[in-house]
Amino acid sequence: MSSNSISENTHHKERKLIDYFTFNTDHKVIGIQYLVTSFLFYFIGGAFAEVVRTELATPDPDFVSPELYNQIFTLHGTIMIFLWIVPAGAAFANYLIPLMIGTDDMAFPRLNAIAFWMIPPGGILLLSSFLVGAPQSGWTSYPPLSLMTGKWGEEFWILSLLLLGTSSILGGINFATTILKMRMKDMDLHSMPLFCWAMLATSALILLSTPVLAGALILLSFDLMAGTNFFNPSGGGDPVVYQHLFWFYSHPAVYIMILPFFGIVSEVIPVHSRKPIFGYRAIAYSSLAISFLGLIVWAHHMFTSGTPGWLRMFFMATTMLIAVPTGIKVFSWCATMWGGKIELNSPMLFSIGFLSSFLIGGITGVMVASVPFDIHVHDTYFIVGHFHYVLFGGSALALFSGFYHWFPKMTGKNYHEGLGQLHFILTFVGLNLTFMPMHQLGLMGMNRRIALYDIEFQPLNLLSTAGAYTMAISTLPFVINVAWSLFKGTQAERNPWRALTLEWQTASPPIIENFEEEPVLWSGPYDYGIDEEYDYEQETVSDMLADVGVK
Amino acid sequence: MQSTDINSQVTVGYEKEAEGGHHGHPDFRMFGLVLFLVAESMIFFGLFSAYMIYYATMPEWPMGDIELELLLPSINSVILISSSFVMHKGQSCIKNNDEKGLRIWFGITALMGAIFLVGQGYEYATTGFSLTDNLFASCFYVLTGFHGLHVAAGLSFILAVLWRSRQAGHYSAENHFGVEAAELYWHFVDVVWIILFGLVYLLPLS
Amino acid sequence: MNIPGNIITLIAGIALTLISLWYGQNHGLMPIEASQGAQDVDELFNLMMTIATGLFLIVEGVIVYCMIRFRRKKGDQTDGPGIEGNVPLEIVWTAIPTVVVFILALYSFEVYNNLGGLDPETSRDFPQEEMQMAEGGNQGKMVAYNPHQGHLSLGIGNANADMEVDVNGIQYAWIFTGQDNGIVSGELHVPVNKRVKLNMKAGDVIHAFWVPQLRLKQDVLPGRDSNLTFIANREGKYPIICAELCGPYHGGMKTFLYVHSEEEYEQWVQDNTFANAQEKADTMASLSAPITDESRLQMHSHHLGIDEDVLKQLTIDN
Ligand code: HEA
Ligand code: HEA
Ligand code: CUA
Ligand SMILES: [Cu+2]
Repeated sequence: MSSNSISENTHHKERKLIDYFTFNTDHKVIGIQYLVTSFLFYFIGGAFAEVVRTELATPDPDFVSPELYNQIFTLHGTIMIFLWIVPAGAAFANYLIPLMIGTDDMAFPRLNAIAFWMIPPGGILLLSSFLVGAPQSGWTSYPPLSLMTGKWGEEFWILSLLLLGTSSILGGINFATTILKMRMKDMDLHSMPLFCWAMLATSALILLSTPVLAGALILLSFDLMAGTNFFNPSGGGDPVVYQHLFWFYSHPAVYIMILPFFGIVSEVIPVHSRKPIFGYRAIAYSSLAISFLGLIVWAHHMFTSGTPGWLRMFFMATTMLIAVPTGIKVFSWCATMWGGKIELNSPMLFSIGFLSSFLIGGITGVMVASVPFDIHVHDTYFIVGHFHYVLFGGSALALFSGFYHWFPKMTGKNYHEGLGQLHFILTFVGLNLTFMPMHQLGLMGMNRRIALYDIEFQPLNLLSTAGAYTMAISTLPFVINVAWSLFKGTQAERNPWRALTLEWQTASPPIIENFEEEPVLWSGPYDYGIDEEYDYEQETVSDMLADVGVK
Repeated sequence: MQSTDINSQVTVGYEKEAEGGHHGHPDFRMFGLVLFLVAESMIFFGLFSAYMIYYATMPEWPMGDIELELLLPSINSVILISSSFVMHKGQSCIKNNDEKGLRIWFGITALMGAIFLVGQGYEYATTGFSLTDNLFASCFYVLTGFHGLHVAAGLSFILAVLWRSRQAGHYSAENHFGVEAAELYWHFVDVVWIILFGLVYLLPLS
Repeated sequence: MNIPGNIITLIAGIALTLISLWYGQNHGLMPIEASQGAQDVDELFNLMMTIATGLFLIVEGVIVYCMIRFRRKKGDQTDGPGIEGNVPLEIVWTAIPTVVVFILALYSFEVYNNLGGLDPETSRDFPQEEMQMAEGGNQGKMVAYNPHQGHLSLGIGNANADMEVDVNGIQYAWIFTGQDNGIVSGELHVPVNKRVKLNMKAGDVIHAFWVPQLRLKQDVLPGRDSNLTFIANREGKYPIICAELCGPYHGGMKTFLYVHSEEEYEQWVQDNTFANAQEKADTMASLSAPITDESRLQMHSHHLGIDEDVLKQLTIDN
């Protein structure tokens, strides 16, 4: 994109609202499309969660019928994972990668748009399964149960997942190619922002694991529709094969759901602590290590299933090992904050919230990796506690952190800080209130996926339900904040956070072609406070900041 | 800074440019295709793993009185594999700007691919067992069928190249991504077939 | 760092250790232990809780400390120190978790091995020689065309048991058949301090057999055998819970494990051996009901009662 081409075509073009509803190939439009779509599904999935919690407020299956209950939590899990967290990760990746590496768009813009446009049909298909009797066998859909509860609902679920999976693969191809091939000149792998590293690791996982899920779903579909017996023991098949194929994808999937958000946190913390990220390379490489290890731990979801003892031991060891690269990240983020000048604004609060609750989820993760202990807690609320701490306390909080951090960039408007902080406090309190009691419930003997339970578990369940309602309320300040800021918010500066990554060098929101002129790489992505000693250098830094900071 | 410039949000017909794919930056489509094939091969990896587990745990494989005819599939394999070499000739031609050669060799490849599919169809019609007879039968049809689908996709890829090459100069020594992509895909389909043939036809013999 | 700083760190460290050690032993989160195995698992869990508490306090402590101590002053626009890393520190926080998980893995291995998890007869795939087809079961169709000729045993426990019980999991009920006494029951009755081996099968979908007080769980898969061996060392009545989603009434698939004293158990065997089949049917229907609570029993009995057909089949099978 050279400046003389600008003078050649001087017809003016602005981003119009309608663009967001069309097959647009601009990565920024697609990023927003992803983000908005995923949030719509978050509200739907969250409403389902509220139904689940309302049902569980009392021991009897009185609010919804047990069948409906199973349908609701199946869709809750599926939507939250495949239509919220995964697409939201793709949203940030789409929006940020080209900006961060100083290029004009993704490598394959049209493919990118196709990938996005597979999501709404996938979501609608999934929800429309209610018309034919929604799937009731959990988001894991284990046969033979999944072959026996409503043929069409299950088939809708499969088709929807195939669509969403394909979308995710196409996205992964795009991210990897863009990051590897389209960095601006002078930017080598080690001077790109950590978010890009995280997306590189994520893309590798997507490419290697998602297709295996597709394979499993194809076979499941044959069993369901054509009467084959791959997974049906009554015809000689083996349900455990499905479990292996499913978890070969779905364990890596949990890292597909957390790595992009590790990336976001690695961006947010240094900016708002005014310090360089601590241990850049360690964080970058640990993402790759997590990807690699993530591929060889899947059977830890099957410790009580058809896995022989020695296999359980192998998967226990590899699973526990993941604590090491993840620990490196957690400690590095803490060290980044240490001695910094921390501004406790909404993005930073959410990132800190992420750190503290992901830690809990991670620790319980290592606990359940221990086979003898997992034999006790497998399929109990302890597991539900574990994965909501990593998914909500981890991915979702980091997602909100990124949302506030880049809100001024994406919309060109400043959000309301007070409402953001209120959102954080309600969410954080609600989250711990909801998910903390679940650990104890599981240990005491409450299994998951049940609509009716023993009276003795009621007090803790009530607490949990109260927490869930708090979380529902917490979305109010969030939605009000977004709406208010979009319409009434003040115009955002180019670089309100005085951050050093490239996306802040352009206008807010960025112009259609991203940068007015070739972006300059005048510092590393996190060189806060680095040049203090050299006077002339420091001048350059503040000069540049002032330069790119004017609106 | 020139704030007017920024606020006016100039564009440069940028979107049209991006469609072209290779303006301003080099062509990454090949790289993307390779990544796509990595993903594709993982589907086959999943299916093959399932097959291998069945093979390893079932007391009898193939089951029942199923016996696979080997002659036809062997001929079919030879045709498919040699088509890869035929196709490569086409690519060598276009590297010398020989469009006619490209058309001829790709035409032959397409023909061979079609023969493979017809052969497979004939095999299906004469196996004497059906999809749901038992686990082996299901594996057989789903695996070969899924591969057949890829052959069909590759075939349409080749036909698309042939269709485009009618227009003189569409492909040239410098610019023939379509040709290369079709070829890579076809080789991929071939390699998968070799593994598949070993697993489905030869392994049960041992 | 000056000396007072050191002392504060030292005191904090000691406090941290003490709190962790105390909480690791006194969290009170686990239900009663009804076997030696359960005690072993709990000791492992206590250790993990100790480590977890320590880790939690350190990291959260650092976070809170940072939030208070390193807040940006109003109007301060300067950056913090440009520290980009510290190799010794990074080595330390890589090495310590590595060691910790290594210890945890070894310890878990030990506990698992003691439970009998690596027992050659109950925890590995057997080679198969011949195909075996079993008739009966699900909807008159041929079920349990057993891919593993009924031999693939999975689960944990030592195979040399004092008594064996066949367990059949079907949608929303457990059915137990004593191997030496042939008693069919909807509840599991075992004598205390005896090694009991369960041979478990599922009739329709996957279920999971779980007794929280034994800390034992094993999926029961259609088409495969799974085993579970335990020695209950504490008399009492414990819930048996189905832990794998098996349909809408999965939550109601509950019954009880009765651990009797030797005499009580003999008495129970006596009482049940002479009961006639019809009586058996009645007891089973009521015993396999999910929850003792009367009202809820009413609510679900039509889903959970075992009908005549199933029962007849079961008695014939055995
Ligand atoms: C974002 C998603 C996410 C993430 C990141 C993780 C992270 C981890 N998970 Fe989790 N997990 C899920 C989502 C996730 N999980 C879901 C959805 C399920 C349930 C699926 C279902 O059944 O429906 C599940 C279930 C699940 C199981 C199966 C339980 C069962 O069903 O019986 C296991 C077992 O090993 C496990 C382990 C782990 C481990 C070891 C990690 C590790 O990666 C955690 C590593 C992090 C830390 C350890 C914290 C930081 C580290 C330090 C501070 C260093 C020092 C630490 C130590 C020395 C311990 N998870
Ligand atoms: C990213 C993933 C994610 C997220 C964010 C959540 C968020 C929540 N989850 Fe969920 N959950 C899963 C993934 C996730 N979950 C998965 C994978 C399962 C397993 C499914 C299975 O077993 O197959 C599961 C299962 C699960 C269960 C266990 C069900 C069972 O086993 O029987 C429960 C129970 O409490 C639960 C609760 C919640 C709650 C209260 C929230 C809250 O955080 C939600 C808060 C959000 C909102 C409330 C949105 C706001 C909504 C509106 C503004 C609309 C207005 C509507 C109303 C208030 C009614 N979830
Ligand atoms: Cu049987 Cu759940
Ligand atoms: Cu996992």
